[in-house]
Amino acid sequence: MSNELLNEFTFFILAIFVGFEVISKVPTILHTPLMSGTNAIHGVILVGAILIAAGANSPVTVILGLLAVILATTNVVGGFVVTDRMLEMFKGRQQTKPAAPGSTQPR
Amino acid sequence: MNLVIALAYLVAAVLFILGLKQLSSPKGARNGNFTAAAGMVIALLATFPLLSFTTAGKVIIVIGVIIGTLVGTVGARMVKMTAVPQMVALFNGVGGGAAALVAVAELLRFGAHPAFAQSFPSVFSIIIGSVSFAGSMVAFAKLQELMTGTPVTYPNQQVVNGLLAAAVLGFAIAVLAVASIPFSFIALMLLALILGVAFVLPIGGADMPVVISLLNACTGLAVAASGFTLNNFALIVAGTLVGASGSLLTKLMSDAMGRSIPNILFSSFGKVQTAVGGAATAQARSVRSGQVDDLATLLAYSRRVIIVPGYGLAVAQAQHAARELADALEKKGVEVSYAIHPVAGRMPGHMNVLLAEANVPYEQLKEMDQVNDEFKDADVALIVGANDVVNPAARSTPGSPIYGMPILNADQAKNVIFMKRSMRPGFAGIDNELMYEPKTIMFFGDAKDSLTKLVSAVKAA
Repeated sequence: MSNELLNEFTFFILAIFVGFEVISKVPTILHTPLMSGTNAIHGVILVGAILIAAGANSPVTVILGLLAVILATTNVVGGFVVTDRMLEMFKGRQQTKPAAPGSTQPR
Repeated sequence: MNLVIALAYLVAAVLFILGLKQLSSPKGARNGNFTAAAGMVIALLATFPLLSFTTAGKVIIVIGVIIGTLVGTVGARMVKMTAVPQMVALFNGVGGGAAALVAVAELLRFGAHPAFAQSFPSVFSIIIGSVSFAGSMVAFAKLQELMTGTPVTYPNQQVVNGLLAAAVLGFAIAVLAVASIPFSFIALMLLALILGVAFVLPIGGADMPVVISLLNACTGLAVAASGFTLNNFALIVAGTLVGASGSLLTKLMSDAMGRSIPNILFSSFGKVQTAVGGAATAQARSVRSGQVDDLATLLAYSRRVIIVPGYGLAVAQAQHAARELADALEKKGVEVSYAIHPVAGRMPGHMNVLLAEANVPYEQLKEMDQVNDEFKDADVALIVGANDVVNPAARSTPGSPIYGMPILNADQAKNVIFMKRSMRPGFAGIDNELMYEPKTIMFFGDAKDSLTKLVSAVKAA
């Protein structure tokens, strides 16, 4: 195993633990936004798409590169925008929260 | 890799982690999304010094980014809140597709006999990326109702899927051990695409959230594998983070539905035929349907009303009307709360988002565990466009496809008002006994129209 591969493997294993740990306390109401957010993050494949597209020098690599860049960009942009739209709703709720006690609530 | 780029990638990785952390608490969630997006921008900028462009390369990157940005922005902006789940499926799928294409391009560049350390992650990325792409597209089609939401089953389905998986594995070994030639890895990709379709077809629409979450984790792993192929730190770390957090999230989601992941993926909705037959015979049975004024009187003179919102409310965009009804009832001194099933709407948290959009006070939203004991003290359970999540068959009928799913105890309320467009069965494709109970009154029509009528009738009552 080369040094570089060993390094990469180390990052890989550590990232698994971080990934588990970091979201372990998420409440149910955030499941969908969180899924959408992680979905946007794996759009980082755009880095890979750009790496292969930049050196495109034949019809086949041009088509592959172009398709990969389109798909990956859609993933990144769409992912972050749609997540933001969902979370916008949560923000709206917090703003109106102080207004809520006006309603009668026999409890 | 030079030092500056390496450090920039490290910063990007930290931002991704912080973003995820913020995304998992209600307070910081929106900022978390921005944090992660900032990480993405840094990762992309840091990549440019690594590139040596051909002329064609420059052109396709510019064109590709423009098209992708347009599609992504327009798609994400235009979509209705109700259709968000399938949009997530779509954006997840294209990411998986991109990962598979990157791996194909790398294999082409490596030639016929690459080192195992490079060919293995490429093959992995092609398989998982393609499965994720095709599976997500089926999930999208099911949720968008381009195809039936009920499970698609045929004889010997498990055998066919098993053979497909074996064929994928065979070609994977051929690429790794014999020769990495375009014929083999293109065939591998096509077979993996078919496998992705075959994998999701037999899973019912109601289980799509879990499937999408799983495919999301898969795409993360495919991206990480591409990172190994390209020796790129940002891809490895970000992809793995998504793979790990996505796997955990998939488990949390299926826990919220009271199901195990294997149960959802492989066995769950196997006996659709009998269930559909049951629904057909049930059409003939009689139900009680009520007039607006009677229902309004019943509601207005109740002490306690629990609203059970479901997908029908979401589709009809009736969340505002539901809130008006709640306000009108509260003016009459009725105590109103909302019972939110973990998978109400189409995804965990989806209904909370929709009701938050309508400014429903947070304190009125109650989760299933919290509210289930309160139904027996409620005078009316008002079911708005929900069905499977209040179907007592989940408790009582072991043969039912939804048997074992935790449900809201709406059937324990003294009266049940069931607002529905028609007698059509819900997403799981099965009949609901609750509709035939003597204490249940059906109120047919579009959820928004019905609620609006109820609001004016309650005000007059």
